[in-house]
Amino acid sequence: MHEMSLCESILQILLDSAEKQNFQAVKTVTLELGALSCVEPEAMRLAFAATCSNTLAHGANLEIITVPANGYCSACDNNVVIEHRYDACPKCGNHPLQLSQGDEMRVKELEVE
Amino acid sequence: MCTVCGCGDSKTTVPASTRLVQVEQDILATNNQHALKNRTWLKQHNIFTLNLVSSPGSGKTSLLTQTINHLKHKIPCSVIEGDQQTDNDAERIRATGAKAIQINTGKGCHLDAHGVGHAIHSLKPESGSALFIENVGNLVCPAAFDLGENHKVVILSITEGEDKPIKYPDMFHAADLLLVNKMDLLPYLDFDLERCLAYAKQVNPDINIFQVSAKTGEGMDSWYKWIESHVDQPTLAI
Repeated sequence: MHEMSLCESILQILLDSAEKQNFQAVKTVTLELGALSCVEPEAMRLAFAATCSNTLAHGANLEIITVPANGYCSACDNNVVIEHRYDACPKCGNHPLQLSQGDEMRVKELEVE
Repeated sequence: MCTVCGCGDSKTTVPASTRLVQVEQDILATNNQHALKNRTWLKQHNIFTLNLVSSPGSGKTSLLTQTINHLKHKIPCSVIEGDQQTDNDAERIRATGAKAIQINTGKGCHLDAHGVGHAIHSLKPESGSALFIENVGNLVCPAAFDLGENHKVVILSITEGEDKPIKYPDMFHAADLLLVNKMDLLPYLDFDLERCLAYAKQVNPDINIFQVSAKTGEGMDSWYKWIESHVDQPTLAI
């Protein structure tokens, strides 16, 4: 359940942003989570609601944009969409693929007031 | 999703009283900054640091006590123990004569770089020593949290089943070394060793693998030599 500590980090990002950008309340938090980022979206939503309770983001919506995982195949020089870290290249069967995106965990934007 | 009409485009539907703030910040940025501080300090003090990760019950602490008993006359060793509760593992380590500090994570399922930084400064490992961080027994969460170590070492005991590497690929991908432990039990189990090693290589083609038994000592020499080859200590060259 590391989603809980990730949400504590998100809350810290919100508090830092509130100071820099001068806002009092967060209505929506938009995250970009890679498909291979080892975060369970439903666990993230539960943890987010619990962590943000009685803070500037109390009751805020959590939008999650899932970033598909892409791997680069050095054998056939293609970028391919992958579902697992251990997938072979669907075009030529080569192992391993170099992950080019899909493990990110980012706070993208906030809707604030 | 849009809170007004549900159209899925947040940008077009922000009510007049609210505004959008672009953040574009990595959620793990703070942890990674702490990890970088730890790594820098450890490098400056010439301390070789391993982050040991596994399921609960893989034999990490037994492996560590055996390792320290073997190495302690050549290399000073110290240990940071991570568990949700109890000081039991740190006590087992201290019985070897090595310095150990326990971090109880409470409800936390992994160690983070901030807590480890404080533990390093309390523990004060010696220059030219090996520092072992025994993470919370969990094959999921510790994969994402850099602590500032030189290498993650994943320990898989053969009682757990051969498909752990593809069930928990993030951890086996993040590790540089796999210790397949409890090899003394191989004759008694339906454990497909070849398949396990193939799965590990599939997830991480560069992973080093040693087959060991902390109980009998089988295969442990390779592990000891691997550590000795990485610790920068003048006496080891003699």
